Amino acid sequence: MKPEESATTGADLLVKALIDEEVEVVFGYPGGAVLPIYDSLFKQNRLRHILVRHEQAAVHAAEGYARSTGRVGVVLVTSGPGATNAVTGLTDALMDSIPIVCLTGQVPTHLIGNDAFQEADTTGITRPCTKHNYLVKAVGDLARTVHEAFYVARSGRPGPVVIDLPKDVLMNKHEYEAPKKPVQHKSYRPQVKPDPKKIEEAIDLIQAAKRPVFYTGGGVINSGPKASKLLTQFVHLTGFPITNTLMGLGAFPASDKQFLGMLGMHGTYEANLAMYHCDVLIDIGARFDDRITGKLSEFSPKSKKIHVDIDPSSINKNVRVDLPIVGDAAHVLEEMIRVWKARQPRLDQKAHKAWWAEIEKWRGRNCLAYKQDKETIKPQFALERLYHHIKDHDHYITTEVGQHQMWAAQFLKFEQPNHWMTSGGLGTMGYGFPAAMGVQIAHPDALVIDVAGEASIMMNIQELSTVAQYRLPVKIFILNNQYMGMVRQWQELLHGGRYSESYMESLPDFVKLAEAFGAVGLRTGNPSELDGVIQEMIKIKKPVIVDVLVDKAENCFPMIPSGAAHYDMLLGPNDRAEKPISEEGMVLV
Amino acid sequence: MSPTETASRHTISILVDNEPGILARVVGLFSGRGYNIESLTVAKTNEKENLSRITIVTAGTPMVIEQIKAQLDRLVPVHRVRDLTLGGEHVERELALVKVKGTGEKRVEALRLADVFRAKVIDAKSDSFVFEVTGASDKVDTFIGLMEGLGLIDVGRTGIVATTRGSEAI
Repeated sequence: MKPEESATTGADLLVKALIDEEVEVVFGYPGGAVLPIYDSLFKQNRLRHILVRHEQAAVHAAEGYARSTGRVGVVLVTSGPGATNAVTGLTDALMDSIPIVCLTGQVPTHLIGNDAFQEADTTGITRPCTKHNYLVKAVGDLARTVHEAFYVARSGRPGPVVIDLPKDVLMNKHEYEAPKKPVQHKSYRPQVKPDPKKIEEAIDLIQAAKRPVFYTGGGVINSGPKASKLLTQFVHLTGFPITNTLMGLGAFPASDKQFLGMLGMHGTYEANLAMYHCDVLIDIGARFDDRITGKLSEFSPKSKKIHVDIDPSSINKNVRVDLPIVGDAAHVLEEMIRVWKARQPRLDQKAHKAWWAEIEKWRGRNCLAYKQDKETIKPQFALERLYHHIKDHDHYITTEVGQHQMWAAQFLKFEQPNHWMTSGGLGTMGYGFPAAMGVQIAHPDALVIDVAGEASIMMNIQELSTVAQYRLPVKIFILNNQYMGMVRQWQELLHGGRYSESYMESLPDFVKLAEAFGAVGLRTGNPSELDGVIQEMIKIKKPVIVDVLVDKAENCFPMIPSGAAHYDMLLGPNDRAEKPISEEGMVLV
Repeated sequence: MSPTETASRHTISILVDNEPGILARVVGLFSGRGYNIESLTVAKTNEKENLSRITIVTAGTPMVIEQIKAQLDRLVPVHRVRDLTLGGEHVERELALVKVKGTGEKRVEALRLADVFRAKVIDAKSDSFVFEVTGASDKVDTFIGLMEGLGLIDVGRTGIVATTRGSEAI
């Protein structure tokens, strides 16, 4: 074959490279600079394209897809506004370590820098919000760059990667280059296998512990379902208590009696106090985020800390640890279990019994208690009833950001990994609905629910059109309190109850809104109707918005006010008077 | 950051792919995370493998310095990050071009001091000199300080380049 016969356009090469990377779905929105790619997509049927209504939603949908499958999510947007609209999603994926490859169109190479129509410095703009980015200047580099981008996105600590594609590069011709396996990058080589000596040292600490606690995060989920199984096995072998971060929920079954619930700002009393009083803290794949630590100088002051992380820059960033272990969670856990079994260590049973007794005492405070009356639905009650009805279905939960998100984390039970999608690091309102679309695309028969607030849902409400087009039976479960609830809660606690701009004026009629898009709308504000509405929602095989009118004044507890220590938790509305928030804490977000 | 830790100055040598945007990545990391750059030099150093070396002088507590190195190492086109300050003995040099304007006694004095500092005259006009001075930063600082009283017009400095002592590669 002559070279010119085997040569194909950049756009065709790109599609071929995506297929070779086992991509099935691309979330995108067309535009001038990417027309050649859309033309190539039109001429094939291996890749499915999902047309979103806003580029931010494309990235969140890809995140939902990625997080629920463990695969790389793929986004395709045009130059200029297409790329800038994707920035929030990319930043979200970077903060939560979600593998994304985002293809952005670009003006032709000879126009770059000329302020051409729909030109933006995409690699410049996305440099701080991606794990890596590329500008492909020659069609000969295209296929290799795509393969490298997928490798970078999914390996090590996963993250978003942008490939900026000038239009002339997409139209020029070149021969295809298949992915090389195994990939050997010249400078990027994440360490996945831990140092065996450190594993031995870790087990020394773990077996000598008298008041231990496991603190695990999104790193376990990102490592794959095997890591969650190994974690569960190791936690059972040791008999130690475990708490999860928001991103780590599902890595250990929530119904297990060793599980203390989520920790942190809105974590449980028992989880936070266990962190404060423990003598050995075993962190696997969690990064000591400020939402977890509270006041740093009083964070877990009596413990020896073991920190397992695939990203060396996460270690000793916020909290100085005693034993850092760089490696992938599954590899580390496998080694820990091996050494543990070989040693058959004898634990200090008396100390452990006393530790558990103390934990049970804290548990006995029942920190998530709330009072449901006959008149209004408490948001917590709505979620408890929701969980009751969905628990026997194959279900996935996404959330928006705010009070409803924290309540979802507290009141829904996550028994397995990859079933809980939420915007943790960036806290992006508008994440949950498009993320739910991505999950539904990956799991067409599953029950996918976006637990939302009435404020957050408005941020990507246009995607109702997408779910209508692809007949995605996503359920939007709105806890409607007519406020930006978390903003209102902070204004109540920190700003003298001056509810500046946090009331949601002129909300749409969500039932009619659903109907306008061919979806089904349900509404209730009556506790006695709630079960029926939820059951109906589950039964309907179409997109559904459930507008649950909840108590407007309810606040999310427990709460560690910003700048406070773990033992300084507010357990309910009456707790607040004795514990004024420090000026230092007021400054914190 | 523990309050007992004090900030110290570190010279960090970074070997990177010589590709567009790499300097922006490194500099953006420093500005984005609130680290400090006291001096920065960059140039291509390996033609065959197309690599550049960036030498950065920064200051911070041990925890911050550790963080800076880990963050740099995480950048995809970064091959190697070395802390020369922690890594044993090393040598640092800086070059400056110093322009001095003057006549008579001051001009003679400038030339004499240049001789003491082993600065070379690389341009001379009837009323000006351009000196090239090389050395550790404090030597360059001192020379520039002395020239201030003698008609200093302009200074251009390269920033620090550094390498380890002995036969090992950085």
